Amino acid sequence: MSGVRVVAGAVRRVAVVGAGMAAARFAEQMAGRAPEVEVTLYGAEAHVPYNRALLAEVLTGRLRPEDVALPAGNGTRVRTGTRVVGVDVAARAVRLADGSGAGYDHLVLAVGAEPVLPRLPGLRTVGGPAEGVHVLRTLDDCGRLAGAAASAGRAVVVGGGVLGVSAARALTALGVTTELVHEASHLIGRHLDAGASGTLVRGLTALGIGVHLGARPHALRGTGRVTGVELADGRVLDADLLVLACGVRPRTGLARRAGLRTAYGVVVDDHLATSAPHISAIGDCAEHRGVAHGLAGPAWDQADVLAARLSGAGPEAAYPGSPRLFRLTAGPLEYAAFGETGDVPGADVVRLADATRGSYRKLVLRGDRLVGGILLGDLTAVGDLTRAFLDGAHALPGDPTHLLTTEGAA
Amino acid sequence: MEVRERPEFPVNRGALCGKGRTAPALLDRAARLTSPLVRDGRGAPLREATWEEALDRIAAGLTTVRRRYGADAVGVLGGGGLTNEKAYALGKFARVVLRTASIDYNGRFCMSSAAAAHKAAFGLDRGLPFPLADIARAGCVVLVGANPAETMPPALRYFRELRENGGRLVVVDPRRTRTAEQADLHLRPVPGTDLALALGMLHLLIADGRVDEDFVAARTTGFEQARAAAMAHWPERVEAITGVPVPAMRQAVTAFADAATAMVLTARGSEQHSKGTDTVGAWINLCLAAGKAGRPGSGYGCLTGQGNGQGGREHGQKADQLPGYRSITDPAARAHVARVWGVDPDDLPGPGRSAYELLDTLGRDGGARALLLMGSNPVVSAPHAAHVTERLRALDFLAVGDVVLSETACLADVVLPVAQWAEETGTMTNLEGRVVLRQAALTPPEGVRTDLRVLRDLAARFGVRDGFSDDPEEVFDELRRASAGGPADYAGISYRRIRAGEGLHWPCRDQSDPGTPRLFLDRFATPDGRARFAAVSHRPAAEVPDADFPLHLTTGRVVAQYQSGAQTRRVAELAAAAPGPFVELHPHLAARLGVAEGDLLTVTSRRGHALAPARVTDAIRPDTVFMPFHWDGPGRANTLTNPALDPVSRMPEFKVCAVRVEKSPAARPTPVREGAAAGAALARVPDVSGAAGGEFVPGSGAGAPVQPAAVPEGAAAGAAPVAGVGAVLAGAPEVSGAAGGEFVPGSGAGASSGSAGVPDVGLAGGAFVPGAGARGAFVAGTGGEGAA
Repeated sequence: MSGVRVVAGAVRRVAVVGAGMAAARFAEQMAGRAPEVEVTLYGAEAHVPYNRALLAEVLTGRLRPEDVALPAGNGTRVRTGTRVVGVDVAARAVRLADGSGAGYDHLVLAVGAEPVLPRLPGLRTVGGPAEGVHVLRTLDDCGRLAGAAASAGRAVVVGGGVLGVSAARALTALGVTTELVHEASHLIGRHLDAGASGTLVRGLTALGIGVHLGARPHALRGTGRVTGVELADGRVLDADLLVLACGVRPRTGLARRAGLRTAYGVVVDDHLATSAPHISAIGDCAEHRGVAHGLAGPAWDQADVLAARLSGAGPEAAYPGSPRLFRLTAGPLEYAAFGETGDVPGADVVRLADATRGSYRKLVLRGDRLVGGILLGDLTAVGDLTRAFLDGAHALPGDPTHLLTTEGAA
Repeated sequence: MEVRERPEFPVNRGALCGKGRTAPALLDRAARLTSPLVRDGRGAPLREATWEEALDRIAAGLTTVRRRYGADAVGVLGGGGLTNEKAYALGKFARVVLRTASIDYNGRFCMSSAAAAHKAAFGLDRGLPFPLADIARAGCVVLVGANPAETMPPALRYFRELRENGGRLVVVDPRRTRTAEQADLHLRPVPGTDLALALGMLHLLIADGRVDEDFVAARTTGFEQARAAAMAHWPERVEAITGVPVPAMRQAVTAFADAATAMVLTARGSEQHSKGTDTVGAWINLCLAAGKAGRPGSGYGCLTGQGNGQGGREHGQKADQLPGYRSITDPAARAHVARVWGVDPDDLPGPGRSAYELLDTLGRDGGARALLLMGSNPVVSAPHAAHVTERLRALDFLAVGDVVLSETACLADVVLPVAQWAEETGTMTNLEGRVVLRQAALTPPEGVRTDLRVLRDLAARFGVRDGFSDDPEEVFDELRRASAGGPADYAGISYRRIRAGEGLHWPCRDQSDPGTPRLFLDRFATPDGRARFAAVSHRPAAEVPDADFPLHLTTGRVVAQYQSGAQTRRVAELAAAAPGPFVELHPHLAARLGVAEGDLLTVTSRRGHALAPARVTDAIRPDTVFMPFHWDGPGRANTLTNPALDPVSRMPEFKVCAVRVEKSPAARPTPVREGAAAGAALARVPDVSGAAGGEFVPGSGAGAPVQPAAVPEGAAAGAAPVAGVGAVLAGAPEVSGAAGGEFVPGSGAGASSGSAGVPDVGLAGGAFVPGAGARGAFVAGTGGEGAA
């Protein structure tokens, strides 16, 4: 792969496909470091860049849609509602949906990810999804869902990952009776183990959310409009609206059509360079060392590295990957998970579960190193614990349980 | 001579800190310089000289450089401990007599970030927009990077009263300082991440619907940009950056927003960063969004760091300013000041380099080749101090006026012994913008002269016979005219009014103006009257830990020492209380390094290394070590610090850099006599009037073993201290049976706090004063104080 080699002054025009979180961060960093470079964001959505991580807060009304706008740097051109349909690698130009084109010296793909839709009979009607079926990926999705929730009595959320859990909680906060359907045996398998999931399920139940684990949706009920979800075991859950939160996958179509190397995502090296000259990829669409993070933190780490390189402020900057660090706050439900959270062979595990207080805390140790952990329900030690994890080169002193008890103990 | 409390003084209500109480020790003849010293050529020792000879040499030294390299090659460095009159006269001397643009002062290392943010947000920079006593009545105070328990002990009572009155105290500091121990809530961010924390708190304020929309609409501009920046710092992300748990952030926001009145106060811990201005801007944003500004009992304030930290930056010592806090690039300001000075506005130089940049370019092409230094000790107090010392040595000529033979004075070609607090009259302006008068109680010892007289006599040697009085009141009256109409307008403030008991806060435009204890109640001092939100975003410190330098170093003060310690180290009681530098580290870090309490540690940064004994405490984060900065020699913390500058305020990044800590192969340190410790340097610092001689001086000595390895990289052995004792400093108190002295807190205090360095006197106001009934104030320091 060709590295991003920047000769000072060579990059005058940077085109960014996408106007999401990675794009905004990149543009802001460029504006601060190389204000003379002309940066243009092409966003398919009608909105200026906003913080997608806050959509659940917008859904509950805690934040207004206009509140979540992100800085994109003074001088950055943001072209909203502008879809890029093709890239001419040789000519260094993008082609827009309206047929026009725009040249670039460097192109950044920050097209993000799109929701994965399950194969469900009845999901689509002619011309689009059935009425009452929602995803939650964009501000517009959020507006539609909030509008529907206002008149809905019952909701079913399909998918017990981070998005599904926070959507279920948000809908409940809006007064909608909500059930959460999850195919696996425990929630948020990416971050949580069975014990943490159990504690989380109790927390969700206490909020009034019905949680169905090991439950696979089989078909939708209703004609033209959703009235319920039929599960594989035959049960039927009534619903006025259905939220599909079955994960996302990197958008790779544009890159593939342009001849760039793609795998799960658009493949990039430590310089965030794709297989094509003068084209980089960052954020949810990028796959680095076999990993597509799908999180804002790593997207911003990548944006910072790329901006350092392209602005000339850090021509040698490289992206080494991001630590596995997850955090969710969904109203009263809160957890942090980092590193290896499962019961990995050869590791010692320390667990403190407090059913009364609804907390679950777990440390995963390899020898005297902290390699992972979960804090759910009691986040007091989160600051010290994540620092100890990020500082993983160092041995933990003495008895590691002190890490779970009080802040300041680390 | 004794120092007594003056309970009726409104600022400190009589409370003194140890530095104020012991200040008379510095008046002792044995403790200080009492004769000018000159050096007959490079390498020659300093010897006593007459005033005539010393002043002639300075005039000749400066003139030679000016002829050879131009006017800007003659530099001037002042200090935030100088009285208003001296600061004013020094600035005028630079611009009118030397005609150099090259003047700045150590306050650049002190409050410049807060000053810049203050000015940007409110259109005016005054430490506190309200009297100190308002703190006690607030509903909530968020104290950021401030440790008044060690840096400004007399002010601590207001925080105690705050809590007694039911108010909440939130302390933000990476260390559990003595101040933090008294807080209702203590947030411990990783050093260098306060900016992210402030943005995260603004985020929560917005998300919780606690924005005061009416206030924002009616009295501010720029909220949308600030809000966008806050959205880029959602709480979970801020937690990952700062290490402060989201629930704790939420508690802090709730306490702040729910209170009817609330304040954010910052000090050096939050400000001494390469992003200090933006950090303060972010805290101001929080106040504005919550509607906690421009109303009685609410607002943002900065705790001052030096004896005259506030006044010192208002009257022309600063590279970019003229008296009255006027901009040197504003044609109208230049015309006004030129008229008062009787010169052509076109003859006034333009803006010069900031303090560190001035020091960094000493002796280089385009830099200053000669330096006149008053009230500052950069060998100890500047960042990357070994480098600064080297630059000072590269000068063609260095003249220093001080009370004691400071480490910097040891390098000088000419040293002038000048008067100190109880010996001269002058005004200081405390952090409340209150102008206090400190009246002379004693006659200086024979051989000692005032700074004003020094400037008058030097001006005469340059052929300027008018405009430089050695009478403080006459100088002050001229300062009033020069400041008239400026942001810091002193026109209506007179010695007579202060003596009559009026506590006058600027702006005070004429004799009938009662002054302005509370600013911004009706409008902010911006052209449109609205406060301006800052569009700021978090960025990492200039240097972050890596595999080679895996720990954060933060620096600060201890209660018994002040600034560069030039004065406090010479007071036996203070020296005994805080005999030498140390390295604070967490028990877990100590265990990992195999270090026990008292073990000698080598702390290494990219700029050099320092040696000091370990102090093991769980009050510090395991990823951070702390060193106090009051000492020279092997334990000099500023050998390590990073001179990365804030792009706006030009503040160096004193409060965070990356270091490695190792157990030193040497044995546990044993106290040594300073004379011995000084080692090689002694050669350059000859026996100064027997004063210093064999005296045990804690300072650099104690705790710092002598060993060659100890010398900071790049600094040739040299610069050692020694010398007399002496000096004032601090909080000075009332003196002698005199009548109503006031005290003054401040000054003294050292701070600590990782984040915090802090304040000190600025508090000020105390006063001492002899004459009956007079209401002067005292305040600290005369000469030699390094800043910080």
